[in-house]
Amino acid sequence: MMPNSKELQDLVIQVRRDILRMVHKVNSGHPGGSLGCTEFFVALYNEIMDLKEGFDMDGHGEDVFFLSNGHISPVFYSVLARRGYFPVDELNTFRLINSRLQGHPTTHEGLPGVRIASGSLGQGMSVAIGAALTKKLNGDDHLVYSLHGDGELQEGQNWEAIMYAAGKKVDNLIATIDRNGQQIDGSTEDVMPLGDVAEKFKVFGWDVMEIENGNNLDQVIAGLNEAKSRTGKGKPVCVVMTTEMGNGVDFMMHTHAWHGKAPSDEQLATALDQNPETLGDY
Amino acid sequence: MTKYTDQGKKDTRSGFGAGMTELGRTNPNVVALCADLVGSLKLETFIEENPERFFQVGIAEANMIGIAAGLTVGGKIPFTSTFANFSTGRVYDQIRQSVAYSDKNVKICASHAGLTLGEDGATHQILEDIGLMKMLPGMTVINPCDFNQTKAATIAIAEHEGPVYLRFGRPKVANFTPADQKFEIGKALMLNEGTDVTIIATGHLVWESLLAAEALESQGISAEVVNIHTIKPLDDEAILASVKKTGCVVTAEEHNYLGGLGESVARVLASHLPAPQEFVATKDTFGESGTPDQLMEKYGLNNKAIQEAVLKVLKRK
Repeated sequence: MMPNSKELQDLVIQVRRDILRMVHKVNSGHPGGSLGCTEFFVALYNEIMDLKEGFDMDGHGEDVFFLSNGHISPVFYSVLARRGYFPVDELNTFRLINSRLQGHPTTHEGLPGVRIASGSLGQGMSVAIGAALTKKLNGDDHLVYSLHGDGELQEGQNWEAIMYAAGKKVDNLIATIDRNGQQIDGSTEDVMPLGDVAEKFKVFGWDVMEIENGNNLDQVIAGLNEAKSRTGKGKPVCVVMTTEMGNGVDFMMHTHAWHGKAPSDEQLATALDQNPETLGDY
Repeated sequence: MTKYTDQGKKDTRSGFGAGMTELGRTNPNVVALCADLVGSLKLETFIEENPERFFQVGIAEANMIGIAAGLTVGGKIPFTSTFANFSTGRVYDQIRQSVAYSDKNVKICASHAGLTLGEDGATHQILEDIGLMKMLPGMTVINPCDFNQTKAATIAIAEHEGPVYLRFGRPKVANFTPADQKFEIGKALMLNEGTDVTIIATGHLVWESLLAAEALESQGISAEVVNIHTIKPLDDEAILASVKKTGCVVTAEEHNYLGGLGESVARVLASHLPAPQEFVATKDTFGESGTPDQLMEKYGLNNKAIQEAVLKVLKRK
């Protein structure tokens, strides 16, 4: 696929529909951050990462990804399914008993595409560093990608990891921060001010770049390609990506209210109208 | 029955270091991590011989556990190392989510467990770690008793697929098990056969149990000593076979009686063979500063305390 092709744009819309329908069906889950990161996931799995067919936990000879803010599982599951890791129909089982699609992602039920459990926040960057170190030991020049919520940076473990990655020159790692400025209790700057996230990573010794509009597929693809080009130069790469929580659904945007709330029947209908079916609903 | 004798006092943490040295030479997938306690964990030789396979993380244990979980992706077998307190309580959620729930092949190696850490006091003397670790689904929990057993256990866990908690200590204690022993995870060891009472011991209390059995013998009491090095999975069969014969049991461990080996044994007995049991363990308390011997005496964790517990349990038969 070419960047910004109609297929990718169609996939973005379809993934948004999947997210909305998944959380609506079980009246739980986290649509806000999922919708905000849709372009990122679509780009990462269909344009950016070098992936092998099928799934093996070790990820030898391919890029690997770790989701640290596991609550945005709906977008992760939708994109994994539509990339062929498991049947799209299985999205019907999200958060239901006996499902591989747990509320937060896990390896425990053997869902292809998932390499770490996440949900308890702040742990993913350490894990990504570990996988990056193993790639170096194995002589595998593929990359490790990770995604983190901005609110998640309030967890102290991140700063241990940020210090380590720079101090030990883990330069095959691209950590993206979803800077949507929202968390459950309100805006990040009200709840616990994060300040200048890019500057903080810089002073810790990372190579930092920004994606100004993380809901613009072109910008996301260009930004992540730029990030790739900066790897292997002695510094871990941080992408501070500004997104709009709830993007693609007008009433879910500009608020933290949809961080972890499902739409009603009526709200779902409105939201789906704004994202007309493209590739076919599951 | 083999008569066990002290081959010379050694610390169990050096057994870990010796095991790591051997693994460094024999298993290229083994990697080690440490949180600023390389000397205490006796990792110098491993690091010298395998600098590319050692990761110094600094004083950042949460990050160490997470990095270890990530290192498994691609086939490495990470051994994390720091004091027991910082290996468990400090990083419980990291172990729970990134290691245990994620089914990662991480070996959490914990030195300076229990009271025998000594003078540093209660901030460092964890007595709750066995309980914390055994409650995690899928976690194997091992507490070897001397240098040789710790070395053998360290080597054995590299071959075991899945998360392991390996607990050992600081002081030099009797080294009495054979150097060439085969370490079988989950398999109890019969150290002394007896008929009146079963003493089930782990870690530093195993040697004390052998001393107690010897002293009891002179009083006409025949004590069986069973070494449980693997607290989870527990060798139910060996425990039941022994207690069926003796009819009562004393458990001995350098750990709180809440959550420790004793409770695991009590669960097995309650389910299959109810029997009187006495617990040689700390009694829901923190430790304090002192020499290891002073502390083990004050908190009732030695040969003498085991003998007293045996006399008590025999009266309840």
